[in-house]
Amino acid sequence: MNVPDDLNYTSDHEWARSEEGGGLRVGITDYAQDALGDIVFVQLPEPGAKVSAGDSFAEVESTKSVSDIFAPVSGTVTEINQDLTDAPQRLNEDPYGEGWLCVIVPDTDGAEPELLDADGYRKLIES
Amino acid sequence: MSSVTPTAAAPGGRATSAPLLGRDHEPTIFEFSSEGRRSFSFRTTGLPEWTAEELVPAGYLRPEPVALTEVSERDLVAHVTRLTHRQYSVDLGAYPLGSCTMKYNPKLCDDAASLPGLAAVHPATPAALAQGWLELLWSLGDSLCEVTGMHACTLQPPAGAAGELTGLLLMRAWHESRGERRTKIIIPDSAHGTNPASVTLGGYQTVTVPSDERGLVDLEALRARLDSDVAGIMLTNPNTLGLFEEDIAAIAEAVHEVGGLLYYDGANLNAILGVTRPGDMGFDIVHMNLHKTFAVPHGGGGPGAGPVAVSERLAEFLPGPVPARGDDGTFAWRTPSRSIGRVHTWYGNALALARAYSYILANGGDGLRRVAEGAVLNANWLRHRLRGTYDLPYDRPNMHEFVASTTTLKKDRGMRALDVGKRLLEKGFHAPTVYFPLIVDEALMIEPTETESPETLGALADALIAIAGDEPGEGAAAPRTTPVGRVDEALAARVLLPTWDAVAAHDAS
Repeated sequence: MNVPDDLNYTSDHEWARSEEGGGLRVGITDYAQDALGDIVFVQLPEPGAKVSAGDSFAEVESTKSVSDIFAPVSGTVTEINQDLTDAPQRLNEDPYGEGWLCVIVPDTDGAEPELLDADGYRKLIES
Repeated sequence: MSSVTPTAAAPGGRATSAPLLGRDHEPTIFEFSSEGRRSFSFRTTGLPEWTAEELVPAGYLRPEPVALTEVSERDLVAHVTRLTHRQYSVDLGAYPLGSCTMKYNPKLCDDAASLPGLAAVHPATPAALAQGWLELLWSLGDSLCEVTGMHACTLQPPAGAAGELTGLLLMRAWHESRGERRTKIIIPDSAHGTNPASVTLGGYQTVTVPSDERGLVDLEALRARLDSDVAGIMLTNPNTLGLFEEDIAAIAEAVHEVGGLLYYDGANLNAILGVTRPGDMGFDIVHMNLHKTFAVPHGGGGPGAGPVAVSERLAEFLPGPVPARGDDGTFAWRTPSRSIGRVHTWYGNALALARAYSYILANGGDGLRRVAEGAVLNANWLRHRLRGTYDLPYDRPNMHEFVASTTTLKKDRGMRALDVGKRLLEKGFHAPTVYFPLIVDEALMIEPTETESPETLGALADALIAIAGDEPGEGAAAPRTTPVGRVDEALAARVLLPTWDAVAAHDAS
């Protein structure tokens, strides 16, 4: 399983990458897309939506199941990946690249998010 | 004098001998269309003819007629007959589709539902002239209350999911009658997908409670989620893992303590018929899938029946009208005093109800209990046969169904639950439910039902065991003997083309 060293992870199999300007780009991991199987539909929040860490903010539907995606941090959605509407398979093909879900700008007064590093996430999925 | 050597009977539920004349693509009904062709025409009617313009105000007329197919009766019947020959059905062979209770329906029930005295009565017939129908519906409601341990019943909901929504609307009406506005419904993580969907449709929020290592509701986690905002809990018992919720009495007590109600999803009622009752477990509202537990055709979008029965305190909220028996033994329609209103036209799908009632009468109370016992015995027998071949994540006595997994087979030889299902089609059986419940990886959810013989069960077990020994990669090629092979489900879902001309346009582009 591909677990890039430069990302942070949640125990619910989301990844987060710090962007210039303070935003976090968010997606699902290679492990998650493999477990879900062929993804056929993605429902994303509207830009501007407020999300709370640990709460469901998006849905991914595969030929097997519908799964909630949980926000890695509390904050505001500033950008969403519109391409996924027509090409949900990007999540399978390129989960860390073209399959990104959205960008969240964390609340400034929020607590520091508790995310795993690559080693911590590798241990989680190998256990 | 000749003697017959006794041999084992052949399995009646294996469909490998089903005939097929070819594997050509069957055109859609639109592709048979030829302008001006008709299936039926009146030679003479003697009736005056009007044009559409004379009958319908201009504002309601389409500028162009609907593009209906124009086919002869002969071609129509041939097309439909070919399609039926391409289907797998309960009448054709064993159908171990977990959670769906695909049991064989006795032909006696078809016979009862086709009686002209039932089938030829218009639902607008005055009650005084339809006393037989009212008595039948009243008696069915009475039987369903006895089976579930409830007080009163509506037969209107046309399907299980409609029953769920009805139950949630009843919950809302009950709480609002007490001046309360509760917002949350608790659902286990092993629940049927219709439960959270119904909760959302009913205007509530879903709160998920996890299962513990036994596969049952985690009682402590449930207690942590209970507060005065909880309208109720929706449970299936036995649950979707085929396991009986042993702590149901404690669950009921805890939910009632915070003022919540218990909703029983009757999807798995077949497992407990005549043995125990939701009412005795503490449930307040019960829906029944008459097609699963009794005898109504499965699938095809209906007509179905999902009656809802309730405890005494909820009876006056039921949808109306309901059949009521007067002191003089006659029957009349009555609308409960605080009814939530209708949930379907007339009295539900009445002939489906008649079919289910004939099944209840034909089996009797003792027969219904044997239905449950047979269903549970068959499922346990099959689980024992598969032990050592498939993973059994919850390897303990189950009820009417059990969940196996191909996690080890997938790791060792790349065999997925989907491949096993497709290979089973080649062996002459319908596939089990796969990838459900969601809490089991590579799940195979198997429900043989009580109607399969020991020979069929044995053949089904042999087939599943043989498939597990397949060469790696063989499963991915299946099914090869069916009219349609492996379809690209992901493409079909991603590129949704719901009509035949949309498909033609897509193929041409």
